[in-house]
Amino acid sequence: MSGGPRIVSARWEIDDAWKLSRYLETGGYAGLRSALDMTPHEVHEEVRSATLLGRGGAGFPAGVKWGFCPPDVWPRYLVVNGDESEPGTYKDRILMERDPHQLIEGALICAYATGIAQVFLYVRGEMALAQERVASALNEAYEAGYIGRRILGTDFSVDVVMHWGAGAYIVGEETALIESLEGDRGMPRLKPPFFPAAKGLYMKPTIVNNVETLSNLPWILEHGSEAYTTIGSESSPGTRLFAISGHVERPGVHEVPQGVTTFRDLIYGDEYCGGIRKGHELKMFIPGGGSAPWFFPEHLDLPLEGKVVGGAGSMLGSGAIVVMDETTDAVSACWRLMRFFSRESCGECTPCREGTNWLETILRRILDGQGRPDDIDLLLDIGDNISPGPYPGPGWGAENPEPVPFPPQQTTICPLGPSAVAPLTSAIRRFRDEFEAKIAQGAAVSV
Amino acid sequence: MPRLTPENVRRAKEIISRYPRPRSALIPLLHLAQEQDGWLTEDAMEDVAELVGVTPAQVIGTASFYEMFKMEPVGRYVINVCTNISCLLLGGETLLQHAEATLGIKPGSTTEDGLFTLEDVECVAACTEAPCLQVNYRYFYRVTNDDFDRILADLRDGDLSRDIPEHGILSRVPQRIPTGKVANITPPEDQRVPVWIERAAPDKAAAGGDEA
Amino acid sequence: MSEAPADIEITDPVTITLDGRQVVVQRGALLIDACERNGVYIPRFCYHPRMRPVGMCRMCLVEVDTGRGASLQPSCMLQCSSDMVVDTQSDKTRKAQEGVLEFLLLNHPLDCPVCDRGGECPLQDQTVGYGPGETRFVDEKRHYEKPIAISRTVLLDRERCILCDRCTRFAKEVAGDPLIDFQDRGSRTQVNTFPNQPFASYFSGNTVQICPVGALTAEPYRFKARPWDLEIVESSCTTCSVGCRVTIQSSRNQVLRCLGVDSDPVNWGWLCDKGRYGVEALNAEGRLGVPLGRGRSVKTDDETALEEVSWAGALRTAADAITSALDRRGPEGVAVIGGARLTNEAQYAWVKLLKGVIGTDNLDAQLGDGIPAEIVLGLPLATIDDACRPGSTTVVVSGDPKEELPILYLRLRHAAVQDGVNLIEIGPKAGGLTPYATVAMHPLPGELADLVRAVVGGGAGGAVAGVDPASIERARSLLADTDGEMTLVVGRRSLSEDTGFTADAVSVLVSAYDKVRILPALRRANVLGALTMGMAPGVLPGRVALAAAPDAYSTRWPALPAGRGLDTTGILTAAAEGRIDTLILLGADPLTDFPDRDLAERALAGARNVIAVDQFVNDSVRLAEVVLPAAGFAECAGTTTNIEGRILKLEQSTTPPGTARPDWMIAAELAAELGSDLGLDSVEQIWKEIAELSPSHVDLTWEMLSDPQNRDGLVARGDPLPGSVRFEAPEPTAHRALDSYSLRLVATRKLYDEGTMVGRCRSCAGLAEETALAMNPHDFERLGVEDGGRVTVSSKRGSTVIEARGEAGVPRNSVALVVNAPNFDVGTLIDANDAVNEVRVEALQSVAGETGSEGGS
Ligand SMILES: Cc1cc2nc3c(=O)[nH]c(=O)nc-3n(C[C@H](O)[C@H](O)[C@H](O)COP(=O)(O)O)c2cc1C
Ligand code: SF4
Ligand code: FES
Repeated sequence: MSGGPRIVSARWEIDDAWKLSRYLETGGYAGLRSALDMTPHEVHEEVRSATLLGRGGAGFPAGVKWGFCPPDVWPRYLVVNGDESEPGTYKDRILMERDPHQLIEGALICAYATGIAQVFLYVRGEMALAQERVASALNEAYEAGYIGRRILGTDFSVDVVMHWGAGAYIVGEETALIESLEGDRGMPRLKPPFFPAAKGLYMKPTIVNNVETLSNLPWILEHGSEAYTTIGSESSPGTRLFAISGHVERPGVHEVPQGVTTFRDLIYGDEYCGGIRKGHELKMFIPGGGSAPWFFPEHLDLPLEGKVVGGAGSMLGSGAIVVMDETTDAVSACWRLMRFFSRESCGECTPCREGTNWLETILRRILDGQGRPDDIDLLLDIGDNISPGPYPGPGWGAENPEPVPFPPQQTTICPLGPSAVAPLTSAIRRFRDEFEAKIAQGAAVSV
Repeated sequence: MPRLTPENVRRAKEIISRYPRPRSALIPLLHLAQEQDGWLTEDAMEDVAELVGVTPAQVIGTASFYEMFKMEPVGRYVINVCTNISCLLLGGETLLQHAEATLGIKPGSTTEDGLFTLEDVECVAACTEAPCLQVNYRYFYRVTNDDFDRILADLRDGDLSRDIPEHGILSRVPQRIPTGKVANITPPEDQRVPVWIERAAPDKAAAGGDEA
Repeated sequence: MSEAPADIEITDPVTITLDGRQVVVQRGALLIDACERNGVYIPRFCYHPRMRPVGMCRMCLVEVDTGRGASLQPSCMLQCSSDMVVDTQSDKTRKAQEGVLEFLLLNHPLDCPVCDRGGECPLQDQTVGYGPGETRFVDEKRHYEKPIAISRTVLLDRERCILCDRCTRFAKEVAGDPLIDFQDRGSRTQVNTFPNQPFASYFSGNTVQICPVGALTAEPYRFKARPWDLEIVESSCTTCSVGCRVTIQSSRNQVLRCLGVDSDPVNWGWLCDKGRYGVEALNAEGRLGVPLGRGRSVKTDDETALEEVSWAGALRTAADAITSALDRRGPEGVAVIGGARLTNEAQYAWVKLLKGVIGTDNLDAQLGDGIPAEIVLGLPLATIDDACRPGSTTVVVSGDPKEELPILYLRLRHAAVQDGVNLIEIGPKAGGLTPYATVAMHPLPGELADLVRAVVGGGAGGAVAGVDPASIERARSLLADTDGEMTLVVGRRSLSEDTGFTADAVSVLVSAYDKVRILPALRRANVLGALTMGMAPGVLPGRVALAAAPDAYSTRWPALPAGRGLDTTGILTAAAEGRIDTLILLGADPLTDFPDRDLAERALAGARNVIAVDQFVNDSVRLAEVVLPAAGFAECAGTTTNIEGRILKLEQSTTPPGTARPDWMIAAELAAELGSDLGLDSVEQIWKEIAELSPSHVDLTWEMLSDPQNRDGLVARGDPLPGSVRFEAPEPTAHRALDSYSLRLVATRKLYDEGTMVGRCRSCAGLAEETALAMNPHDFERLGVEDGGRVTVSSKRGSTVIEARGEAGVPRNSVALVVNAPNFDVGTLIDANDAVNEVRVEALQSVAGETGSEGGS
């Protein structure tokens, strides 16, 4: 971890920061205290002016989202999205394991500001340690009066309940998360009409926020939105966690200011990942999780800013950068991602359920030496039927100067299906020759 | 086939009480059943159905959607080797092959002695520590083939039993909400305006609350 | 199988552009419906106009611009708003639809030639209409074990399933029986049941009908026919009196299946399984095609077996019996029970014969298991839509509609769950509607009126009739909130309780609330028609009171009864006492259906002659002198009247077996044999006479009824007119106080019982469940009874040994048995003349050898 401001990862090196006593010693619950000195409306305004962008993938400003709850409908619920499952993403788990009180404090601040009386903290099922840490933090916080009735002697009362999942990537999608929390199969709801802020859990107004998003709140309330906006860039203030994995010298998770740091800084900087592993060179990288179109060496100098990355045809998504060097076979990498989407499709929409499976089948067939010359166009056309073109992605600009909007059009309820198309299309556009060679060569090749 | 034990029924009821609607407790209760038996028996699913007020068909409908719920007995240790992109790049596939060869089984199956079940899984959020695996959802990072062999040996010898409970047990710390501290588990029918909101903005609150 | 959206009145118009044309649609209507109402059909699989849209199949994607640029939207989820621009034909739209079809076909087997759905399959049709030419899929398809039985009648072929969520949604949302669900996920998703828990729903057959492919098939219809071989007529189901619209599909003069038709005021396309498979009885073994007789004209002591006789001989025998009765006792010596299953026209013909020619008023279409005719005829009738009016309050004082009138149950359930209707259920014990009722009250037998008085009158605030004060208070406040308009669903609560209590309760409600309308919950198919046509003592066709008979009757009919006659209990009592010479059973089986078995047995033994008109030989018919075979459902045309008073056309589909003939024709021939001419020679002409004579039907011409615009039927006048039968507050029915050793008996119906029709219908036979003695678990200890233990139940009439079972929904101090169960006939315990029947229950010392079936007394 490098220098620079540490907002959410400040306690990561402290072994027992997950305990209430240590958390309090290191300034914990100060943000909540200052929030409780303000009116709920003032707290909401503070968050709004901090322009705290959601860290779950879509990057929507939290303050604005909170404002979407219809004014006179009660009760409202908060669901904390700790279902982190996007390939390459690794940050929410650390936040829950190492600093659960910070998250709880953030959730309380959100609840106070928006009039929420019950919070559900949805931890991914496979994260046993995170569940233990969150549960014990909740137990301590209840005992100490940070949660429950008349918090810190005020009239603010809220319950926080830990919920845990059971293994399904799609449940990270907010409406599927709500279905799952209602005890149902995690199948997304169509938006509109089911925007959680209006019709969420039990069809009541519900705020869904990511773990990292909420973990920023204690700092913002303690230091003020003004201090927050001096960090990062104007459109993306504050810091963000990035997990850089794959073919770098030192993979790791780093908190960096948004909008000023570049991909090159993170991948090559000595204080971060120290470059591509020795003797190799960069071939491509995923800028924002498995669902993002791929980037290539020419994109290294883009700043880590949602707007800029979006303009270049991809997304920062969930802060997962996966670096691939020249030894990586584009077809195999695509197949592996496709297997993921095919396995994780909830099965609700025909194009996603059948399409992702078909894409995976074809890629597997190509890898097994059974490819056909028409397969590449078929792959692209299947992609087009899941997510009708023109399809965005970095390869697009060169041939077609018209900018294509991201996210893309979809024939499905949620973006999972189209997400499968993203890496594939960007890979075929760039490495069509590799696909062709593989088909011609008709032999299985492994990574 | 085992039903839920009386103690687990008690725990189930406690869990249900935290939710505005009983059905929301379905997944936690299935975990409870799996903690008891290592997998989901039909009897336990029927018990859970009754506890949350749905049909067994709805319980199995939900349960079968999720990867972690096992409809057949599994080994004492379920080994999840991640082969998704970040792990793949750093040898996840090779590690899986080594695991298959060592255990003599394919992913999705269980060794004859009933000790190990092997799974080829999707990203488990440890990407910077690739290749990685989980044993009963406890992590092992940057695992080499030798590491793998050592883990197996330790599991067989019971050396890891302190860190790794039997399959089905997730958090060993249950959440406890002391009675008297529960604020207001809010059923969706309760349309009261929260007091702190009402106090802060009396006019607005009056418009919002249907009844006091 | 039409699944068009119901027509609506546009109350909030918005203009949208549909394929370049401006059309006015209802704001908020689903785009897919709005387009269809304007002649543009958007292909779809998952969307069904009677279920909530889920937007899963994605077949209905169309390009829509709502102001932010055109994008593909699922038209089944999108609500119309002003200035929407919709393009259902654009390149993008077409490509998306072709894409979805291609995806659906990837894993779909190409077994159309052997699939029951081949030829009527939306997937097949749409593939021809919108699909790609040839497959680009060269890989292996998904495989599942071939059809699995998810219930006794429904088979599921998971390879054909396209995962549209229709069947599963139907089970959960419409039927309230979520016994099938999706399992697994992604491309492994499949529909299935929980292991060993079949989809045992009264409504399971609907899933077969709405499956858009051949994934769900009906076992009874498998491989029976190809759609293009079928002859199809539209008619109404006469299994019960809801009157669901159906198509009857036949081939080579055999009815093969019945499908629901979406009738907006009635059944919304749904059918219960008993109705759907009931047509199987038409071809069942034992169906009568020729008259039966004893080979001699008068009953003698030596019983000869029934044998085939000629029509002429049979009619002669019947006429002789009637003539001899008239000679011996006059018109009062002739009595008729039954007639509720006949068409309106046949009922009129029989009433004309009996009341207008023979002159007897001893006629009752209800078999002592209904409610007083005055409630049905003397109060304004409600429609099903009235009972389900969103936001209203409906009171249900009846048995269990789910068991007796299944589609009425579905409508009421929907009203409560989706349209905010408050149901106040006052049943004999908890039933199908209880979970959906805002207040459910189950008063002790005999105390119904006390409870209703407490609800209406307010007062002390204690428990009444075993019902807790909170429920009474809640019901009172719900009723206080109504705008005075209220629908009262009234039926027979329990066969072991006098209907006087129901009459008392109704009179309390009618006098307390100004605008009460009645929806009779009477189950026999055309019982409303029968009562309206005069098949009850004291009534003439058109709800007219015999006492106030207008001249029209005496001028057109040769005779009129001298005075009010007997109802079924009265007839049977008289017969038992030897005061009835000729008893005619018009499609009736009193031994099985009359609540008091002992009285029914004595009556049949006591009548000098018994004449039966029926389709089968049942227990009672077996004792007849002569049996005249009648045409059945689908074998003759006419009309029927449902519980709302709605007149619905019945069409003929096949010819009756042998020489069986329509009931109206039998009446006419019998009249001729008696030397009279009824003057009735066709169904149409009978209707004409009805419409001329009956004040209730005066505006309803045959032409109107036959107009395809009126396929949902026309509601006959439901308000009492001058001269109509009047409902008057009865003398309160007395009931004895409970003695502390006895328990009050509740006898209720189940959909599947040992009745003739159920037994003859292959798909339903065997579904009747054994009855146990249900009692409130709180009563166990006091009586020393254990759940599942065997007990002796005895009344003054008889006793039996039976299993006791705890059921929280049975009122304390009472016990409940099911009528007509395979293991026991509760009629052997009941005395029809007792207002409340009481029984004693004693635990049997557990004897070794728990087997042995001890039914009967
Ligand atoms: C397929 C899919 C998976 C997602 N997975 C996650 C996830 O694991 N964690 C998360 O926080 N958000 C995830 N999201 C985004 C959520 O839907 C939602 O936007 C987010 O939780 C909102 O929180 P934020 O505004 O604080 O970012 C996912 C979205 C999609 C479409
Ligand atoms: S069985 Fe038919 S109705 Fe049911 S989900 Fe499959 S395709 Fe739909
Ligand atoms: S009909 Fe609209 S998505 Fe299926």
